[in-house]
Amino acid sequence: MDQIVANFFDLEVMARYLPDILSGFVLTIYLAVAIVLFGLALGLALAVVRAFQIRPLNWLIVFFVDLFRALPPLVIMIIFYFALPYVGVELGGFVAAWLALGFVLAAFAEEIYWAGILSVDKGQWEAARSTGLPFFRTLRSVVLPQALRLTIPPLTNRTIAITKGTALASVVAVPEILSQATAAQAFAANTSPLTMGAIAYLILFAPLVTLSRWIETRFAWRR
Amino acid sequence: MDKKSPILDVQGLRKSFGGLEVLKGIDLAVHPQELVFIIGPSGSGKSTLLRCCNRLEEATSGSIWVDGVDVLSRSTDINRLRQRIGMVFQSFNLYPHMTALGNVTLALRKVLKLKRDEADRRGRAALDDVGLRDKVDAYPYQLSGGQQQRVAIARALALEPKIMLFDEPTSALDPELVGGVLNVMRAMRKSGMTMVVVSHEMRFAREAADRVIFMDQGEIVEEGRPAEIFGNAKHQRTRTFLQNVLAG
Repeated sequence: MDQIVANFFDLEVMARYLPDILSGFVLTIYLAVAIVLFGLALGLALAVVRAFQIRPLNWLIVFFVDLFRALPPLVIMIIFYFALPYVGVELGGFVAAWLALGFVLAAFAEEIYWAGILSVDKGQWEAARSTGLPFFRTLRSVVLPQALRLTIPPLTNRTIAITKGTALASVVAVPEILSQATAAQAFAANTSPLTMGAIAYLILFAPLVTLSRWIETRFAWRR
Repeated sequence: MDKKSPILDVQGLRKSFGGLEVLKGIDLAVHPQELVFIIGPSGSGKSTLLRCCNRLEEATSGSIWVDGVDVLSRSTDINRLRQRIGMVFQSFNLYPHMTALGNVTLALRKVLKLKRDEADRRGRAALDDVGLRDKVDAYPYQLSGGQQQRVAIARALALEPKIMLFDEPTSALDPELVGGVLNVMRAMRKSGMTMVVVSHEMRFAREAADRVIFMDQGEIVEEGRPAEIFGNAKHQRTRTFLQNVLAG
């Protein structure tokens, strides 16, 4: 028992490395917010473009989506960070992590939005078009509001899962929570910083999980 | 345009889905203030005929003119034309995320570009016309099927169309709710709306229609005044159909 306390809850070590963990915490929030905004927006844009059914564009979208759904996020991040400089693109760790996870989220989100758009009854399109609403206006005012409600549960799940991937950014030298915690662990020769890291992740993601549950009930479908 | 020229003029209309021809050369003229009833067995092409008239389906060949505009021409602004062709669907197709007023005013605001208060005024008037003055703020899920269909009618009416197309407007309704919808249609007829109705409400056809058209297998078999069709049909196919429907 003493050993567990000494190894995982050493208050002196925790106090010493708290600032590091905090700075990692803040950076992780930045990274997560950037990923969520970029991923969900790009995913929606792709789904909307796909709705126009322009063949060559659709092929490109499907290719992008399948590629980024198939590759492990860590592999994408490493390619962005370590391989792109060889072709003259220096992204930096934060941007590499942001784009890698952002693209992955966009790919999954596009599929979810697209499924939502397809699940809206064809009669909704016909009713709106029969009153003279153009295609894009119908999509925006009639179809998307319904599609988005349907997509909220799968979308929040996927968003949380991918945002937790920010921990992978420790591999590309981004001083986020995990990277700060492992560095502190090495310096202190004590695993208490990892405990702090875990707590930081809990503080970050537990409200997100709760929030998603609230959004899901808030927008639950009334029939 | 003189009063005699038809609002809807369909000539030689053919429509195929893949290899299946569902309309085999339809000629139909509907004049101002006329109520034309189209009856026939399912699969006879009635709905497809209506849906070709506002290009929800693309005709394969033939010509369709609405209010002097060539519906099938590439240069026709179909969105503008559709404002003049009201359509009511079997399944209502109300927007579930909008109130009754929101359903009615969407096209007024986004197509006619009316200001919100002007759109609301016209929307309320249209809902008043269908007897739903007190349901303005209700969502579709709070309304009965009959009320939903009346909102759908108001949605089309608010655009002040030249002609209204009804695609089995009462087929999805419980019997006790049919009357309310038919009353609204009676009132529209009285106010001079031109209407084409695909329906199985034979009593209503007999009472309200100017002309009844019997379709079978993609053709117009015969047409005439309700008394002629219901009392004294010339074709055996018509008589058989009516016997089956009226017996059921």
